[in-house]
Amino acid sequence: MCSFLAVSKSVKTALGLGIAVIFVNGLTIPMNWLIDHYLLGEGGLFGMDLTFLRFIIFISTIAALVQLVEMVVEKFSPSLYNSLGIFLPLITVNCAILGASLFMITKEYNFTQSVSFGLGGGFGWALAIVAIAGIREKMAYSQVPPALRGLGMAFFLTGLMGIAFMGLMGIDPAAFK
Amino acid sequence: MMAEVIALPKKEQSPFSFGKEEKKLITDPLSDNNPITVQILGVCSALAVTTLITKAIIMGIAVTLVTAFSNLITSSLRNYIPKSIRMIVQLVIIAFLVTVVELLLKALNYPIWKDLSVFIGLIITNCIVMGRLEAYAMANKPWKSFLDGIGNGLGYAIILVIVAFFRELLGKGSLMGFKIIGPSADYVLNTTDLSWLSWYTANNLFVLSPAAMFIIALVIWIQRSRIPKLVDIS
Repeated sequence: MCSFLAVSKSVKTALGLGIAVIFVNGLTIPMNWLIDHYLLGEGGLFGMDLTFLRFIIFISTIAALVQLVEMVVEKFSPSLYNSLGIFLPLITVNCAILGASLFMITKEYNFTQSVSFGLGGGFGWALAIVAIAGIREKMAYSQVPPALRGLGMAFFLTGLMGIAFMGLMGIDPAAFK
Repeated sequence: MMAEVIALPKKEQSPFSFGKEEKKLITDPLSDNNPITVQILGVCSALAVTTLITKAIIMGIAVTLVTAFSNLITSSLRNYIPKSIRMIVQLVIIAFLVTVVELLLKALNYPIWKDLSVFIGLIITNCIVMGRLEAYAMANKPWKSFLDGIGNGLGYAIILVIVAFFRELLGKGSLMGFKIIGPSADYVLNTTDLSWLSWYTANNLFVLSPAAMFIIALVIWIQRSRIPKLVDIS
């Protein structure tokens, strides 16, 4: 969420971060699936139930992959590396990724499902950040009060977008009790 | 011999001095360099835990503790962490501290732990903690990093409480769990005398997460009108 607001100033950087997230999400979720089923589970390599280690193991997998992505980006696109700043390492703590890993466990997906879930989740995130970056670029043509320019407007837009996306899910009557 | 003389600082300074610079580390994140409204760190949890003030306060304290001590530990270890595995090391430190905080809360206040345990786990993925490690603790001395952690944790807690105040008051008609406004039988004040308090119908929009975005946006608006140097022209 934080990188969502901070890196959506221009479509180009947003696209770069979006691709990085698709990559990390698409790889970590199947990887975490394999780790969970063949190492941590009861029938796993260690022969005991190690599922209480999930949090630490999952976040380490993610951290390792993000570290890899950081090295690749630093090597091949220094300009993107500079414009992302600390928000590149912060992909690690992107809730969407850890959340998706844990979600995949609670929903009991099989391996192919987890692959497509990972790619789809990353793709959705990338789509959202590119969309908000597009809207923010267009905001340059409208008259926003100076104090609200940039970050303040980004918060408003994200809130409105959130309401719009909630509409796609339909209205849950339980939320209005 | 020569090198030793040069390496000594001119004035003997205690490693725990608390001067102007140190004070600035704590007060800056409260307004001028607030983690949520200026650095854009820790927004996700600001959406998740601000439906009730009590939750927001506890989360603020927990994050302050974790940020301060993870800054302290990482900063003490910063010269021994190889760059290529630094993220894993940082996350292990954070995960360890979060576990400590969770167990502490479980021991001290079991009902609240039961309410909050999911969110306490989410401190691991709170960007403030790792953001400050990357931006400050990896390059500064332990004592200063510790103060920086406290300052940023408090700056985060302030915004959390402000957002939670409005969300709880307007969304549920209560404050700290006590009913204040809206039609309800369990008022704090006697409603037969104070019927003007019961006209309000709780607005469900404020329970949903987009409301937190709007309130933070308003906070940013007010803050930037007061401190013009924060306005970005882009």
